[in-house]
Amino acid sequence: MNENPTNTRPSVIQIKDLKKSFGENYVLRNFNVDLKEGENLVVLGKSGSGKSVLIKCIIGLMLPDSGSVQVFGDEVTDLSHDDLDSMRIKVGFLFQSNALYDSMTVRENLEFPLRRHWIKSEMTNVNDMVMEALTNVGLAETVDMTPAELSGGMRKRIALARTLILKPKIILYDEPTTGLDPITGKEISHLMLDIQKKYNTSSIIISHDMNCVKITANRIVVLIDGVCYATGTYDELSKSTDIRVKQFFD
Amino acid sequence: MKSSALNRLLVETGELYSFAVRFFREGFRPRYEIAELIRQCFYIGNKTLPLVGLTGFIMGLVITIQSHPSLEAFGAQSWLPSVVSVSLVREIVPVITALICAGKIGSGIGAELGSMKVTEQIDAMEVSGTNPFKYLVVTRVFAAMLMLPLLIIVCDTISLYGSFLGTNMKQVITFHLFVNQVFEKLSFGDVLPSIIKSFFFGFAIGIIGCFKGFNTTNGTEGVGRAANSAVVACTFVVFIIDLMAAQIADILHIT
Ligand SMILES: Nc1ncnc2c1ncn2[C@@H]1O[C@H](COP(=O)(O)OP(=O)(O)OP(=O)(O)O)[C@@H](O)[C@H]1O
Ligand SMILES: [Mg+2]
Repeated sequence: MNENPTNTRPSVIQIKDLKKSFGENYVLRNFNVDLKEGENLVVLGKSGSGKSVLIKCIIGLMLPDSGSVQVFGDEVTDLSHDDLDSMRIKVGFLFQSNALYDSMTVRENLEFPLRRHWIKSEMTNVNDMVMEALTNVGLAETVDMTPAELSGGMRKRIALARTLILKPKIILYDEPTTGLDPITGKEISHLMLDIQKKYNTSSIIISHDMNCVKITANRIVVLIDGVCYATGTYDELSKSTDIRVKQFFD
Repeated sequence: MKSSALNRLLVETGELYSFAVRFFREGFRPRYEIAELIRQCFYIGNKTLPLVGLTGFIMGLVITIQSHPSLEAFGAQSWLPSVVSVSLVREIVPVITALICAGKIGSGIGAELGSMKVTEQIDAMEVSGTNPFKYLVVTRVFAAMLMLPLLIIVCDTISLYGSFLGTNMKQVITFHLFVNQVFEKLSFGDVLPSIIKSFFFGFAIGIIGCFKGFNTTNGTEGVGRAANSAVVACTFVVFIIDLMAAQIADILHIT
């Protein structure tokens, strides 16, 4: 169990009355949540409940129908292209589908997010950064392979390394441990925990893997019918008597 | 039924237009993805040169051999090099090259960007602070615009050599004489319009391939459809451009 840091810290992400629908399919209706600085927030919800849509609205990949999404106090939908880019540098995003660049090697995949900073900072140590990120996920030997040569779980870990390489202040994980064996899944969960502790990052974690949830979560929100149905710590929710919440913990 | 197909065509043409407008808006502003542009140029040239060269050679050879009898009927065999070279350089080589590129580059770009789209790689670029339109679309369109004229010039040369061999099958002619006869008739005014035209071919092939790829939906099935419709649309547009270019050249008396 991950101890909850103080609740008095400022919010880094604030979502108010978020609505998003696809035609007649009302995915999010009045979703509210705050992410505090240094907090790991887990979003639980059934398949198709709109978890991926939620974090895509946060990073600006999808436009909400209405409602407000603030990241570091800035309204995401109001940001100019350049401001959105500089916001995204501070926010890491792990895609559910990994979204590794097929035509590039693992090294090029990891270098890609660094490209924007080539000129700005002294990037003499690109190779070190790549190797450090790969070592963190235990895949240093794959550096010159292409994604097609890797297993599903290895791809997930490479995608994780790519997300973490810029040391973002906020990380949005979409199912970080799906497709991993329990042992590797646990290692990845502890890696996520270490990153939170070491760099004081704030994260939103989407996961069905209750082991991962148990290790990483400071707080959990349950997304049902497009609203924030329940919220609390792992202990609180696992003792819940509400059948719709309880089913996630059985 | 029929009107809905027409409707879709019109809507898509409108979308293609705004895609092209976006290209002009974003393509000339920093930041410039020079490395990727060079990589794409190399890729496009490298991928199509063997095929384009071989086709050009065969076209030159075949058209020369087939034109010989009709010129012979007038006793005008000595005109063979100049007549054939003008039709090769003005029309046949540019269009054949553009059609081959429509098939190879148009479908290649459509499929590549289409699969990047459905596997969220384009979203991933956007999230990591790289403008995917600049990185993927602008570079490919410029690469196609730069490489098509070059390919056509190379192909012109190869096809003229094919024509030389074809002429030699029917009559004895030295290379020197052949070249002299070709350039007696073939002028800069024949080459220039075909070069200008080929920029437009390149632009059309690049932008349509990118447009189809960028707007792929429906997963892997959509990727195949994107590649396929890119080829169809590119081929069609190449002929439209050719038609317009012929009219414009005629009006301007570039003969
Ligand atoms: N681009 C889209 N166009 C239309 N509908 C979409 C789109 N993206 C998502 N949806 C719909 O939104 C709903 C929520 O999708 P989402 O991907 O957020 O689910 P999820 O909670 O992440 O599920 P999972 O756990 O399976 O990943 C689904 O009903 C889906 O059909
Ligand atoms: Mg999802």
